[in-house]
Amino acid sequence: MSELGSLLADTVSRLFTDLVTKELLESSEKGVWPEKLWRALEEGGLTMPLVAESAGGAGGTWLDAHVVVRASGRHTAPVPLAETIVAGALLSRAGLEVPYGPITLAPVHGDERLTLTRSGAAWRVSGTATRVPWGRAAGHVVTVAEADGAATVALVATGAARITDDRNLALEPRDTLVFENAPVVAAAPAPGVSADAIRLYGAMARAAQMAGALESILEQGVRYATERKQFGRPIGTFQALQHYLAVVAGHVAASGIAAELAFRAADRGDSAFETAAAKIRVGEAAGVSAGLVHQVHGAIGFTYEHSLHFATRRLWSWRAEFGSESAWAMALGRGVAARGADNLWNHLTER
Amino acid sequence: MPTFHFTLRDLPPEAEALREEVRDFLREQFRGANPVTRARSWGGFDREFSKRVGARGWIGMTYPKQYGGHERTFLERYVVLEEMLAAGAPVSAHWVADRQSGPTVLRFGTEAQKQKIVPGIVRGELAFAIGMSEPDSGSDLASVRTRATKVDGGYLVNGTKVWTSNAHLSDYLIALFRTQVVPDRKHEGLTQFLVDLRATKGITIRPIIDLAGHHHFNEVNFTDAFIPDDFRLGNEGDGWKQVTTELAFERSGPERYLSSIALVKELVREVSARPDDRGAEAVGRLVASMTTLRQMSLSVAGMLQHGENPNLEAATVKDVGTTFEQSVPELVHALLDLEPTLDTGSQLQQVHGYITQVAPSFSLRGGTREVLRGIIARGLGLR
Ligand SMILES: Cc1cc2nc3c(=O)[nH]c(=O)nc-3n(C[C@H](O)[C@H](O)[C@H](O)COP(=O)(O)OP(=O)(O)OC[C@H]3O[C@@H](n4cnc5c(N)ncnc54)[C@H](O)[C@@H]3O)c2cc1C
Repeated sequence: MSELGSLLADTVSRLFTDLVTKELLESSEKGVWPEKLWRALEEGGLTMPLVAESAGGAGGTWLDAHVVVRASGRHTAPVPLAETIVAGALLSRAGLEVPYGPITLAPVHGDERLTLTRSGAAWRVSGTATRVPWGRAAGHVVTVAEADGAATVALVATGAARITDDRNLALEPRDTLVFENAPVVAAAPAPGVSADAIRLYGAMARAAQMAGALESILEQGVRYATERKQFGRPIGTFQALQHYLAVVAGHVAASGIAAELAFRAADRGDSAFETAAAKIRVGEAAGVSAGLVHQVHGAIGFTYEHSLHFATRRLWSWRAEFGSESAWAMALGRGVAARGADNLWNHLTER
Repeated sequence: MPTFHFTLRDLPPEAEALREEVRDFLREQFRGANPVTRARSWGGFDREFSKRVGARGWIGMTYPKQYGGHERTFLERYVVLEEMLAAGAPVSAHWVADRQSGPTVLRFGTEAQKQKIVPGIVRGELAFAIGMSEPDSGSDLASVRTRATKVDGGYLVNGTKVWTSNAHLSDYLIALFRTQVVPDRKHEGLTQFLVDLRATKGITIRPIIDLAGHHHFNEVNFTDAFIPDDFRLGNEGDGWKQVTTELAFERSGPERYLSSIALVKELVREVSARPDDRGAEAVGRLVASMTTLRQMSLSVAGMLQHGENPNLEAATVKDVGTTFEQSVPELVHALLDLEPTLDTGSQLQQVHGYITQVAPSFSLRGGTREVLRGIIARGLGLR
């Protein structure tokens, strides 16, 4: 890990441990925006790891950002930190200024489009984006659209949209934003950014968040198995449960490295293959592991009172966001098939 | 909670350069070899091939030069291993020796034993078998009963080893025998021996035919077989400590996920010819797993290179890896309306037939899935 990476890791885990309490998570689920947490993240320099230092960011890499995004998943932080980090990176790539405050990404679905049109020197945006993460809480939304034949990054104030509230299983806002010829704050073509960048980096971020949440549920499972006693002994001494947790440990290991690989690829330029692999592999891990760790917890883990669900409900939602395993697998598989059987191994070893 | 360490590793340029050499070599050796032959990689025993690999300097790569080794890095060795397996090369005549027998002799052998044995391993001339399991001792290895009784100048051995892969083709066996019976302390009184399979009298090797009809493993019977003192490996009574080290060498193999790669390739060929959503999805899922497992394996190789102990991580890779390997034939069956075959039908059908039948062994050999999960659970602090 780079020096900046370890610094960010320390800062972020201290901050989340202090601030992301059960009370905060519960109040956030009732719709209260955790302003104090967000301000601490901004003041700690954690929201713009990829933005140049001269522009107020940390001047880091995607691998540095990975540390922060993974931690946000591990602590189930109820803020659009991952979205803001991706948005900042895209804006920077387009040479645009990055505003303070939470920023979200749209559209998240492959079949939805926001269109940019010129109006004099400025741009306007139209279209509907559903299930936008934290739409109502974010000050801005970043989109990438084809304009003048180039992938163009645009920054739009959420105030310019008609917003309908919605949410995911974890009660995180997933809102519908409707833009009708709405003003664009700033837009510019971004070299090296593909038209599907929102979905690509969104999927990569979710993979890392899930890898973090998986670490958390493994830890909770192991702790509970050591503390809870039945038949006069800790349930973790029963071999069936030991094996469940060993299986989860395998998924945690696989998920962590798959997510990290995608971020490293993003630093190197083309991350489509690694991001697909990560979203698939981590998404598969999410379902199996959530099921097993719930089994270890018995009925207590099925209550709202217990904290396990903060991670498991996110895992069930996040694996389906920015493309499910099956959607990414079809895309990845088509690419592999097009390259052909005899290039499978060569291609794999070039990753 | 103790966490496992998996770190992304970049292969150094010399390792990537080596990859090209290995690929050229393999292309030349196996021009046009059919996928069915390649699928049998881990069963393929070809002394001439092993000698050519040895001549290229790709056996004993990390061993000291003093014993013929090449003192190269674990990452370079990793590249050679993964290229050999991906190509389906017949590696059995040197695989065991390179991975575990050589390192065990180097760690516990006498100077004379190292000089006598290790250079031959490095040249690809000496094939080794593993003499651990017995009819009544599988997972509970410490319960082995084959007795080595001290006599003048050596030991007389009586008892039976089973599942001994390639014993009928190998030069040596590293075997775990009981030299002393210590009541209620089964881990004590064990000793490892180097057994010369050709020269030792009193050894009978009988084939055990596997479910696919192949002769791969054996029963090795010892009846008053005399093993001279200088074939004892390590001290009397140190056998348990040594055999667990040998198992760690065996399990730290960073390549424990490639047994079904021939079938993955044939599936990709099929899907390429008739691409559809279901086929693409199946391939996508498999390739996502392989990509991940490869990075996990590389991470284990990196730990070895840094002198760290990767036992937990290696057990994790093997458990995740064998689960993947075994899922491949199931996925192919779920996807395609195709009968697996023995020696008729398409390449895909034949490879599927072969892998389907050998798949159960993936999570048995080298420690069962349950044993590995026990190791992982201990790492998690649950045992
Ligand atoms: C292809 C192949 C090649 C092999 N080659 C060799 C070789 O060259 N040399 C050699 O020495 N051996 C070899 N083996 C043997 C291998 O090491 C053993 O099969 C393995 O150690 C398991 O022993 P077993 O088969 O007696 O099964 P058992 O130990 O009887 O196990 C049967 C089942 O019970 C489970 N079990 C046992 N104990 C426990 C426990 N405490 N907790 C939970 N579950 C348990 C096992 O996991 C397994 O599922 C080979 C095996 C195969 C399949």
